[in-house]
Amino acid sequence: MADTTAPEPTRRDFLYIATGGVAAVGAAMTAWPFIDQMNPSSAVLALASIEADISPVQLGQQVVFNWRGHPLFVRRRTPQEIATAKAVPLSDLIDPVARNANLPDNAPATDENRVATGDANHTGKEEWLVVVGVCTHLGCTPTVSTPQSPQGEYGGWLCHCHGSQYDVAGRVRHGPAPQNLAVPPWTFLSPTKIKVG
Amino acid sequence: MSGPSTYVPKSGFARWMDSRLPLMRFAHDTIITFPTPKNLNFWYAFGAILAFMLGIQILTGIVLAMHYVANADLAFNSVEGIMRNINYGWLIRYMHANGASFFFIAVYIHMFRGLYYGSYKAPREVLWILGVILYLLMVATAFFGYVLPWGQMSFWGATVITNFFSALDQITPHWGSAIATWLWGGFAVGDATLNRFFSLHYLLPFVIAGVVALHIWALHVPGNNNPLGIDVKGPQDMLPFHPYYTVKDSFYVALFALVYLAFVFYAPNFFGNPDNYTPANPVVTPPDIVPEWYLLPYYAMLRSVPQKLLGVLVMAGSLLTLLFIPWLDTSKVRSTRFRPMMKQFFWFFVIDCAVLGYCGAQSADASLTLGSFALPLVWIARLATLYYFGFFWVIMPLLGIIERPKPLPTSISQPVLAAAE
Repeated sequence: MADTTAPEPTRRDFLYIATGGVAAVGAAMTAWPFIDQMNPSSAVLALASIEADISPVQLGQQVVFNWRGHPLFVRRRTPQEIATAKAVPLSDLIDPVARNANLPDNAPATDENRVATGDANHTGKEEWLVVVGVCTHLGCTPTVSTPQSPQGEYGGWLCHCHGSQYDVAGRVRHGPAPQNLAVPPWTFLSPTKIKVG
Repeated sequence: MSGPSTYVPKSGFARWMDSRLPLMRFAHDTIITFPTPKNLNFWYAFGAILAFMLGIQILTGIVLAMHYVANADLAFNSVEGIMRNINYGWLIRYMHANGASFFFIAVYIHMFRGLYYGSYKAPREVLWILGVILYLLMVATAFFGYVLPWGQMSFWGATVITNFFSALDQITPHWGSAIATWLWGGFAVGDATLNRFFSLHYLLPFVIAGVVALHIWALHVPGNNNPLGIDVKGPQDMLPFHPYYTVKDSFYVALFALVYLAFVFYAPNFFGNPDNYTPANPVVTPPDIVPEWYLLPYYAMLRSVPQKLLGVLVMAGSLLTLLFIPWLDTSKVRSTRFRPMMKQFFWFFVIDCAVLGYCGAQSADASLTLGSFALPLVWIARLATLYYFGFFWVIMPLLGIIERPKPLPTSISQPVLAAAE
């Protein structure tokens, strides 16, 4: 073919492309089960919620539960700690949104929004802070700060792995963590019992 | 490089085989007659040492897999069972654990050797890139292996490393976390993670062996570089690989094994972290989590950046940078022996890597105290990170232009003969 103009597409060209297309789609469909098998199985997904008895938790104390393989911090905050958390202006925060699964994604990170539960009425329960104890940097468990053994400058938690600090509302105040500690979906089943997940 | 084959089949069977599958011819040309520059020094023995260590790791690893149980409830105790109950289990496990460390000692010397003598320059770019790929495979294999004993460091190391992917959330929300969940097979590192890491830990060494074959192939096409960094001029510059280098390499392999086994027998936990003798606990992070020593420089770079995504990118960048070295070095002269300025920057780079390693081993808020003056280590790590990248991306390209190299010898034989006179 000395001719330099592109030859007219033939039936054979169409068949080549159609066959190749079918083969590509087939290869992708075959690959998917081999990729998806690594995702959490339904047995793992079924263990998604727990009920926890919070009656033994003393004022100023934190108790750790296991939720979805992660530590879950349930902290009963003192009136002084609540006042400190409320006094923080939003402009001081690294992450300005609440990261509370019980609220819309864009809820601001006020102390009220951090302790908000999935209950219709959650007034008067602000001493209870429930957060996933997974540092939003690289997943270590932060150490709780108490007046007897302060951790970091903000009274909440300090992550020893890479130095992130959180305040008493679980909001990140010092990097490298990019986000506030996550608040899981949770509700009160009774005044001393909560359901998480 | 090896030129026409000089293999002569000696028996009837060898002739019959040679015309069907010339395996003996291949072995003869590769490890017997392969012409090798005659001036290779001690530092060129580490290729053979690495091959030896890979063999040790595969052999001990296959044995350990016969007794290990990849289950989150049983893994820790099965490793203790290997240590206490299995005949010679302690020896085989200590050989494997210390073998990993000595594998990395050898690979770092091998890499610095390649950097010093310019072994990555044309026509050996592909050889170098295959080497970088081998190094990355080694890092991945070591990481998967470190998770298997299911101690505290295993668990939290796996958590931190897999969470690197969640940094991608800052580019596209939820995508990074979805990748992390996919890697875990759950909401956190757990049984599913342990099982797949075991599967991959068994697979990757054989992938490494395959890439090693390519690495040696890519070495045998242009032939060895040498400490002078000049091309061989002819047969007078060469020696057959056997017996000259088989004997020399064997000697240094034995010497290296002596040091390695001294650790296996007399300080088997020297490179280990005592926290890994505590069973994994998903709700308690040890106060100081550190990676194994061979990854400390990268850990220091990660921590030197106070922003999550940037930290992960800097760390990934420090590894990927190695792939570009053949084109970042603009100098025509291979060997640093003839590059007075490069020599200083090179040794400073070696010190820089050690400083990064030191910073990575300290806690996140540590500082260096000199009298009343305290310098946070994170600032030292930042300067060291800057030099790491500066060395490759600024100094290397510029030196090729501004440096005036010393005169090169005319051939490999010439300096040897001149010294003899």
